Amino acid sequence: MTGPDRSVVSLDQVRFRWPGQTSDTVAIDELHLDAGEHLFVRGASGSGKTTLLNLLAGIHTPSQGQIRLLETDLSTLSPSKRDQFRADHIGVVFQQFNLLPYLTTLENVTLSCAFSDRKKQRVTDSADVTTTARQLLSALSLAEEFHGAPVHKLSVGQQQRVAVARALIGGPEILIADEPTSALDADNRDRFMELLFQEVEAQGCTLIFVSHDPQLATSFSRTLELTVGEEARSEW
Amino acid sequence: MNLIRIAWKSARFRRTSLLLTVFTIAISVTLLLGVDKIRKESRTSLLNTVSQTDLIVGARSSPSNLLLYSVFRIGNATNNVSWETYQDIAAMDEVAWTVPISLGDSHRGFRVMGTSTDYFDFYMYGNKQSLELESGDRFDGAFETVLGADVADDLGYEVGDEIIISHGLVEVDFAAHDDKPFTVVGILERTGTPVDRTVHTSLEGIEAVHVDWQNGSRSALTLTAEQALQFDLTPTSITAFMVGLENRAQTFQVQREINDIQREPMSAILPSATLSEFWRTISTVEQVMFVISGFVLVAGLLGMLTTILSTLNERRREIAVLRAVGARASHVVLLILIETLLVVTAGCVLGVAKLYGLLAAARGTIASRFGVNVAATGLDATQLGIMACVILGAVLVALIPGFIAYRRSIQDGLALKV
Ligand SMILES: Nc1ncnc2c1ncn2[C@@H]1O[C@H](COP(=O)(O)OP(=O)(O)O)[C@@H](O)[C@H]1O
Ligand SMILES: [Mg+2]
Repeated sequence: MTGPDRSVVSLDQVRFRWPGQTSDTVAIDELHLDAGEHLFVRGASGSGKTTLLNLLAGIHTPSQGQIRLLETDLSTLSPSKRDQFRADHIGVVFQQFNLLPYLTTLENVTLSCAFSDRKKQRVTDSADVTTTARQLLSALSLAEEFHGAPVHKLSVGQQQRVAVARALIGGPEILIADEPTSALDADNRDRFMELLFQEVEAQGCTLIFVSHDPQLATSFSRTLELTVGEEARSEW
Repeated sequence: MNLIRIAWKSARFRRTSLLLTVFTIAISVTLLLGVDKIRKESRTSLLNTVSQTDLIVGARSSPSNLLLYSVFRIGNATNNVSWETYQDIAAMDEVAWTVPISLGDSHRGFRVMGTSTDYFDFYMYGNKQSLELESGDRFDGAFETVLGADVADDLGYEVGDEIIISHGLVEVDFAAHDDKPFTVVGILERTGTPVDRTVHTSLEGIEAVHVDWQNGSRSALTLTAEQALQFDLTPTSITAFMVGLENRAQTFQVQREINDIQREPMSAILPSATLSEFWRTISTVEQVMFVISGFVLVAGLLGMLTTILSTLNERRREIAVLRAVGARASHVVLLILIETLLVVTAGCVLGVAKLYGLLAAARGTIASRFGVNVAATGLDATQLGIMACVILGAVLVALIPGFIAYRRSIQDGLALKV
């Protein structure tokens, strides 16, 4: 195990409780992820998976403990700095409805660069934003005819792959995916996972993947199990 | 892609409901600016109609009524002034000049005014401007006429044309003095006053067309123009007259003397005072219109509020997406504000366009009906101020959904409530 300093993600005695609740929704004593590690977060509905992702994304702040991402203690950042940190270093994929209906496929992908000069810079070092977005979409096997299309023309599976492209453009260090496959059928799901891993590996980014589908756990090196009202068990 | 472009695309996506809001706001902007425009134009136009005339004299009536028919050619005199009384007053020592006004006939919707050539010498408008002839000359003979600029323009008349005068103000053929045509001998330069819309003839001309008329209808015996000229064409009465005094300081004294004349009840008014008073009266009407327009605006803004609020639920997912790519909660508020600004700016632009469209279309009607010349000039400070208020009001209103969205985006975070 690598030292905590060099971890990409590092949680220490983190507690989070929603107002009015009697027990902690998230309680994680220790969690360290190195660059390129893939973590599978499992748990029943209501076990706090999304809440944990919100903590990692800097949307919520823990009631106790410390969350360090890329050696930055999130609690030292102001809310708007945390938003900027998320824009610069994190990509997010949701279960569904990842795309803004009023933007085209391509615009949805390049949207990430709108809020992050860093991502934009990293893209434009090699090519222009649109070209990079197209390459990513093609790598995620989205045919060119869909690149300029309005998103309602896309199937759910295609939309999820566009969401991955958006999350990965500009090379964020961390990718957070919240049940991205739960709206997909088995075929689409396997294809999605295959492409996701391919791109995540290509970029070497740290993946935190939430799902209640235990079948998927086998593809991951590490698993974190969340249970309602209990401390999380981390196994690897 | 910046926030403005995102807001623009989002607004385009919701264009059906937003367009309705744009139209509502446009209507209130048109109303507000229109009321303001008409108020200003009528004020300037009103106060500039008469200059250097000390008194206007007519049969006893309210000052504003006398002013309306004598200066604006709106409405009619209830009574005339007898020629003798007119002569008496004109002969007073204090009186420097008089200009008689005889109304009652019309030509294709334009009022005909019988007067003397003193009219061209003494009547002044605006800032002490006298009437100037654009072409031709003053009338001399009885059947000659000098046209105001609008009359000539609208009807396409030139010096040398012949026109028929109708009896009364409505255009009905049987009441036309078609047996006695008038020759256009002169056309006046534009003044921006009711003069532009007036057909001027001599008092004799007015008498001549009426010699064979009795009590408003044609008598059995019809006379030709030549025959009519054989009669004594000194009028028995006129509608009103303008008075210039030797000494301004005597205005009130002369006014009192005229009001006290026993032979027939007379009224003498100070045009500038009556104009100002008149303005105060109608400006309250305009203030009421302004307030009503204000309510229309409030209704429009509330409509906009409803529209934006109704989109907040569907926006919830979009907001989570934006937050996920790094948008701050304040960006969410900004997006809603920018979208509102787009809507309200479009509303203002459309409102101004509608205003100018309406002005262009209704200019002639407003001028002929109300004697007010509304020019399509640029927007002035007040009107820009009105629009700034509309925009500011919209932004304030949009803060409500903005604030709701802000609260929710902090609560929801990246949780997508499907
Ligand atoms: N915005 C919120 N306000 C209050 N309680 C919440 C909120 N979001 C989630 N919770 C509570 O936190 C718990 C975990 O929710 P969540 O993290 O969404 O679980 P999961 O994603 O694993 O289904 C639930 O019991 C839920 O009631
Ligand atoms: Mg969840």
